[in-house]
Amino acid sequence: MSDSEPLVVEGRAWMFAEDNINTDLMMPQTVFAKPLEEQLRHVFATYRPGWLDQVKPGDVIVGGRNFGTGSSRPGSLLLKRLGVSALVAETINGLFYRNCINYALPAIECTGVRDLVLEGDIVRIDATRGVIENLTRGKGLTGKPMPEFLQAIVRAGGIMERLRAEGYF
Amino acid sequence: MGMTMAEKILSRHSGGGRVRPGDIVVCEVDKIVQIDLTFGPGAPMPKRLVDPRKIVVVLDHAVPAPTIGAAAGQSIARKFIKDFGVEKFFDLGRGGICHQVVLENGIALPGQILTCTDSHTCASGAFNCVARGMGPQEMLQIMCTGKTWYQAAPTVRVIFRGLKPANVFGKDIFLHLAAVAGSVEGHNLEFGGPGVSGLPLDDRATLSTMGAELSAEFATFPADDKAITYLKSVTDEAFEPADSDPDAEYAATYDIDLSKLRPYVARPDFIPHNTIPVAELNDHVAIDQAFVGSCANGKLEDFCVAAQVVKGRKVAPGVRMIVTPSSQRVLTEAVRRGYVETLLEAGAIVTNSTCGACYGGHLGVLGPNEVCITSSTRNFKGRMGHPSARIYMASSATVAASALAGRISDPTPYLGDRV
Repeated sequence: MSDSEPLVVEGRAWMFAEDNINTDLMMPQTVFAKPLEEQLRHVFATYRPGWLDQVKPGDVIVGGRNFGTGSSRPGSLLLKRLGVSALVAETINGLFYRNCINYALPAIECTGVRDLVLEGDIVRIDATRGVIENLTRGKGLTGKPMPEFLQAIVRAGGIMERLRAEGYF
Repeated sequence: MGMTMAEKILSRHSGGGRVRPGDIVVCEVDKIVQIDLTFGPGAPMPKRLVDPRKIVVVLDHAVPAPTIGAAAGQSIARKFIKDFGVEKFFDLGRGGICHQVVLENGIALPGQILTCTDSHTCASGAFNCVARGMGPQEMLQIMCTGKTWYQAAPTVRVIFRGLKPANVFGKDIFLHLAAVAGSVEGHNLEFGGPGVSGLPLDDRATLSTMGAELSAEFATFPADDKAITYLKSVTDEAFEPADSDPDAEYAATYDIDLSKLRPYVARPDFIPHNTIPVAELNDHVAIDQAFVGSCANGKLEDFCVAAQVVKGRKVAPGVRMIVTPSSQRVLTEAVRRGYVETLLEAGAIVTNSTCGACYGGHLGVLGPNEVCITSSTRNFKGRMGHPSARIYMASSATVAASALAGRISDPTPYLGDRV
């Protein structure tokens, strides 16, 4: 079970750099009672039409301030299922951050990241050290590392994997 | 150096050691609140629970069920409480919106930790409780193990002074705070100062609830005599309040003179740094729907002021005014006091208690390009219906005044004789 989720990833960057990108843009209320497959067809669909056809497994998201503000609906799960391999944002809403951990999506905060990266750049994110490197432009920044306690949850594959292992489900 | 309210409560629940911002602690959770949406068909059900006495189940979002799926989920919830012996169960007609149910029944108590899978769970901070929303899977973990982790956050202190004028409510105070402080993600909000004692409990609850819209981790008030007297009237459970130490350290402090505030409004799509005095809209914004309701503002005080504003008047032609109580108890009392009759005579619709229109679920969903003024919790694009609808947010007084005028209007002329 351990080490199954990589905490150092390399991928193509998508910029969602506006402040206050919210959960409802990822998972509109019209679909949150629907099956996962249907939810996946609505991620950022009104905010950024066409993005769903372009995002590829391994891509990373670069966000602005207060990324993921809003409700407890797990937008992080949908990003993960679309293949997004990590999130780095100027700042991340606390509930959204917890859901990143819960669903095993590596996430870090890094001041200045939205000026470090242009869309399509290849970046390497090391959540254990809080480091983001822009491999396309040869520059980098250090933000806040993911605490070891939380790294362990992500490595285990998220909360449900742990609870299953402990016999609760 | 002393501790803030949140640091102190996290410390007490994690073995008593000193807690500083950045520390990760694993805490015992006192109250675990589950809502109808977490019981959808196919949702995983645990084999065993930590302690059914800690668990509270409230059906609030999609009630009465507007869809077959919602009805099926609520049947699963009823089976769950029977199977596990959960006694604190608030079915339709017996509760209301979870945060209001928790506050009015003394479930969230000073010094305690509460979790719920709804982002406005910080509401219970009004009673000095460290409460926050958690994702649905994390709620399963807490139901199973009774514990979860917290990373102690730095705290932003908000000091209130003075007495609010008659045209200013908890929502206006919050919207003013949103203008000066903006988003506080990664921080707690801690309210205090000499102005707290003059704030009604309903206003405190509005402020704590709305903390979610500034991305606060927790949004706590001190437990003063007013809060403690109320809680002792509804519960026998013992509790130990946690006030902040005089030498606690804060990341920032905002000092707000309540007597200087005016009615505020948030413009559509988000709240932080997006709020202005209502008067600055100059009556230019025409509306289709006026909504009073939600966990934040479907309280008795909201019924009272909405009824005062519309008494003997009529909702403007072409506008629908919808009023949704935050609990069955609020509705019952609003009927008893005649507020509901006044609202109905003015042409408003009064619904059952539910999260309904606030989350765009039912009982007031917005169509394309419609404009709504709401006293509910959130104004994101698409929150209350179609993504092209525009959602302004204000106090219930401003919502009621706007319903009469057909455009967003300052309620002050209706509130002159208010005591």
